[in-house]
Amino acid sequence: MTAVIRPSTGAAYSKLLGVGGYRPKRIVTNEELCTWLDSTDEWIRERSGITERRWAGDDETVVSMAVEASRKALAHAGIAAEQIGAIVLGTITHPFQTPSAAAEVAYLLGATNAGAFDTSAACAGFCYGIAIADGLIRNGTSEYVLNIGVEKLTDFIDKTDRGTGFIFADGAGAVVMGPSAEPAIGPTIWGSDGSQRDVIIAEPDWVTLRREGGDWPVVKMQGQRVFRWAVGEMANVCRQALDAAGVSPEDLDVFIPHQANMRITDAMIRSLHLPEHVVVARDIALQGNTSAASIPLAMARLYENNEVHSGQTALLVGFGAGLVYAAQVVTLP
Amino acid sequence: MSEQDILSGLAAIVNEVAGVPASSVTSEKSFVDDLDIDSLSMVEVVMAAEDKFGVSIPDAEVKNLKTVGDAVAYIAKASA
Repeated sequence: MTAVIRPSTGAAYSKLLGVGGYRPKRIVTNEELCTWLDSTDEWIRERSGITERRWAGDDETVVSMAVEASRKALAHAGIAAEQIGAIVLGTITHPFQTPSAAAEVAYLLGATNAGAFDTSAACAGFCYGIAIADGLIRNGTSEYVLNIGVEKLTDFIDKTDRGTGFIFADGAGAVVMGPSAEPAIGPTIWGSDGSQRDVIIAEPDWVTLRREGGDWPVVKMQGQRVFRWAVGEMANVCRQALDAAGVSPEDLDVFIPHQANMRITDAMIRSLHLPEHVVVARDIALQGNTSAASIPLAMARLYENNEVHSGQTALLVGFGAGLVYAAQVVTLP
Repeated sequence: MSEQDILSGLAAIVNEVAGVPASSVTSEKSFVDDLDIDSLSMVEVVMAAEDKFGVSIPDAEVKNLKTVGDAVAYIAKASA
């Protein structure tokens, strides 16, 4: 016989409850970088807006940075680790094929009741995580979810590559999400385009490396193709996310795009015709591009600088290797 | 659309993207050497031109567009 199964029932809505970031201790200025990279401070500033970036040391791992960021997010949210029902961790630089970073992070946090897994959506990882966490909370699988973005990209870049050596950096950011009586997360507009998988790619793959030898896999990027895609397509994705949430640019308080490149951010603002009053995250200037970690890190800095406050309306958009992208409107914690 | 119309439309785009006065965007000017348009700004100019003039300018073609006149001629031909 077919038994009657009781389905899960969740909260009407979800919301962000707290945010936290971890920045590696070491600051690498453009001047220091140019002692091994064939470039100049002026060129790097003009092309990327980056003046310095954070690079992790040997004692700062994907797991340790994720744990530190999560502790801050939990404290900000006023939620205990044992209350967390799921950990969604976005990364492309955890150096173990298995097990996941998320399970170890759960253990180290004391999140003894949490399901935990990693996702691979590169620079869109954090926004993918919001969509997943929103679903988990609203379908009743989990009451509270920790959504983490963390990268140690310096393990997987060529530090002498003039196209990528100055862009990428390390760090972690996290948000705690939980149930809400009011809508506080708009619909996620997301997608992928595997036909452009070669635009940002870490090569060679592990099996080829084992069989044929060769150089350590590093992230290679066709910068101008990424720029064209990001500026051309992502502004449309942002518009769709605003429309889906029923929020006009005039209603927006904050814009937190993935910190890919200041020039991409500036071009997106022009294309979106964002009003002057919208606060724009520019964390990349002092942090570099930290892929999945960049949006929560940028959000954390806006709080540290008292540029934003709880209850404001923010547009988030992540985009990167895959190619993949995701955007949504959220109420700030 | 006449080449003069394309030129004035392109000048407005260059002005918006890079802040170069529209009056200094003339046919003989080099984007890189005279107007100080770097590779990323050039991508923005090309994308805006595609929208404005309803043409397609593939990546492979962009590097051939050295001067404003080159771009005007390409757009005129593509939209003919």
